[in-house]
Amino acid sequence: MTSDLQALYRDVIVDHNRQPRNFRTLAAGRRAEGFNPLCGDRLTVYVQIENGAIHDVGFQGLGCAIATASASLMTEHVKGKTVADADALFERVQRMVSAPSDAPVDDLGALSALAGVRRFPIRAKCAMLAWQALRAAVADGDGVITTE
Amino acid sequence: MTNAPPAAAGSASPLDVTAIRRDFPILRQQVHGTRLVYLDNASTTQKPQTVIDRVARFYLEENANVHRGVHWLSERATDAYEEARATVARFLNARTPQEIVFVRGTTEAVNLVAATYGRTHVGRDDEIVISAMEHHSNIVPWQILCEQAGARLKIIPTTDTGELDLDAYASLLRDCTRIVSVVHVSNVLGTVNPVGEVVRLAHRRGIPVFVDGAQAAAHMPIDVQAIGCDFYACSGHKMFGPTGIGVLYGTSDRLESMPPYQGGGDMIRSVTFEHTAYASAPHRFEAGTPHIAGAVGLAAAIDYLDAIGLDRIAAHEHDLLRAVTDAVARIPGVRIFGTAADKAAVLSFVLEGVHPHDIGTILDREGVAIRAGHHCCQPLMDRLGVPATARASLALYNTVEDIDRLSAALQTARGLFA
Repeated sequence: MTSDLQALYRDVIVDHNRQPRNFRTLAAGRRAEGFNPLCGDRLTVYVQIENGAIHDVGFQGLGCAIATASASLMTEHVKGKTVADADALFERVQRMVSAPSDAPVDDLGALSALAGVRRFPIRAKCAMLAWQALRAAVADGDGVITTE
Repeated sequence: MTNAPPAAAGSASPLDVTAIRRDFPILRQQVHGTRLVYLDNASTTQKPQTVIDRVARFYLEENANVHRGVHWLSERATDAYEEARATVARFLNARTPQEIVFVRGTTEAVNLVAATYGRTHVGRDDEIVISAMEHHSNIVPWQILCEQAGARLKIIPTTDTGELDLDAYASLLRDCTRIVSVVHVSNVLGTVNPVGEVVRLAHRRGIPVFVDGAQAAAHMPIDVQAIGCDFYACSGHKMFGPTGIGVLYGTSDRLESMPPYQGGGDMIRSVTFEHTAYASAPHRFEAGTPHIAGAVGLAAAIDYLDAIGLDRIAAHEHDLLRAVTDAVARIPGVRIFGTAADKAAVLSFVLEGVHPHDIGTILDREGVAIRAGHHCCQPLMDRLGVPATARASLALYNTVEDIDRLSAALQTARGLFA
């Protein structure tokens, strides 16, 4: 197996794909669906906001390992954050996955594992799918965003 | 033709695949440090040197506009273009070259018929029959037509083996059915549909039939008269020819009764600001300067296929289908879609615990090119109950070694996620 593949499918990615965290709907709050028409990945992100902060967040749906693991990692990292901080994290993850493959990787904790997609530019959309949906849910909720 | 015949020509069955592979320069490439194994032929096929050379020779020696100039080059270009039409007519066993319209591809052929035949024959509360295994290109043009005309789309269901439910089909044919459009070979399931029977049932009621032959034309002998269809379409790039060129076959009666598709030069007999008289078929449907080099290149691809023989190609691909089905079925956790008795060398599958998109990425790094996704067949994916599949589609230059490489790469994928 190539080192590129090992970098893409790190243990943390494989683990979050197999056992996604916060893989559930929320009774209250907002939701938005992320859809990648290229590969059929479809995730719904649920978010509950209280006092400008993400009180709870979950997701459901079917996606590839990158989309699923990224969604799972996202829920762990944004829970409890203010909307502004979650938005800043979105920007940092976006920059990380779209940077050249030889650029240094920001320390974003377990999220840094997503840097493996840099050598697979087409997979960056998979990594950002849940993040796009979260942003849409926070903005106005009940929308469908697509990667195209 | 000044091109040398392909290396594989003239030898007895089975195919000399080593010689055939030498005809395809792109297959010599290394991908990610290993020999390319190209198993995405249902998306597009690779081009033999004879096709590449023929297109180059057109631009080097014959390039001019067609049907216009009185000069020597224009005559040569026109001859080459019209000879290409005759070659396609022979290949599909059309009655005359006038039954062959050059288009961009199968998609444009469907749109052409939906726009012209549809505009004049389909009205409010009429029905159009397609099947559940159609490509988006054989769904959406009819949907657009239905919206404009106030007509309805009726869907022939598929069985669990991935075959058309012919009893259900027969019951869908009604007095208000204006056209039937079905795929010859499914790009997902590989099913070879009994299009002759589909036509027979429709014609009993005087309903015309369009057959989408995009996945069939380079993989089995096609005889449009034996099928009996009113329209047949295929794409050059899926037949080892250039992209951007395709074929619409239509019976002379049908084509002559249809209004133009696009307006422009080359499709007219005379133009005044008060009135335009249209050219007869096929030129009526070829407005503007056509893809001359593409047509010429497609004819070279057909010459290449003919030299080898479609029967031999079909036999080779049948052996490959059996081998790839056996190999993939042996991998634990695999589920194969499409088990029709009559099947082309297309294998769609999912692997438990590994999303098709991940399979595609992992196989790519192992040098194996397959397709992962919905294959432009979202309604069929819904029918199968999956968002996507992985698909290996084989062609005349594939080998048992290619299948071994696919198996090994799938084991790698499984290992990664186990």
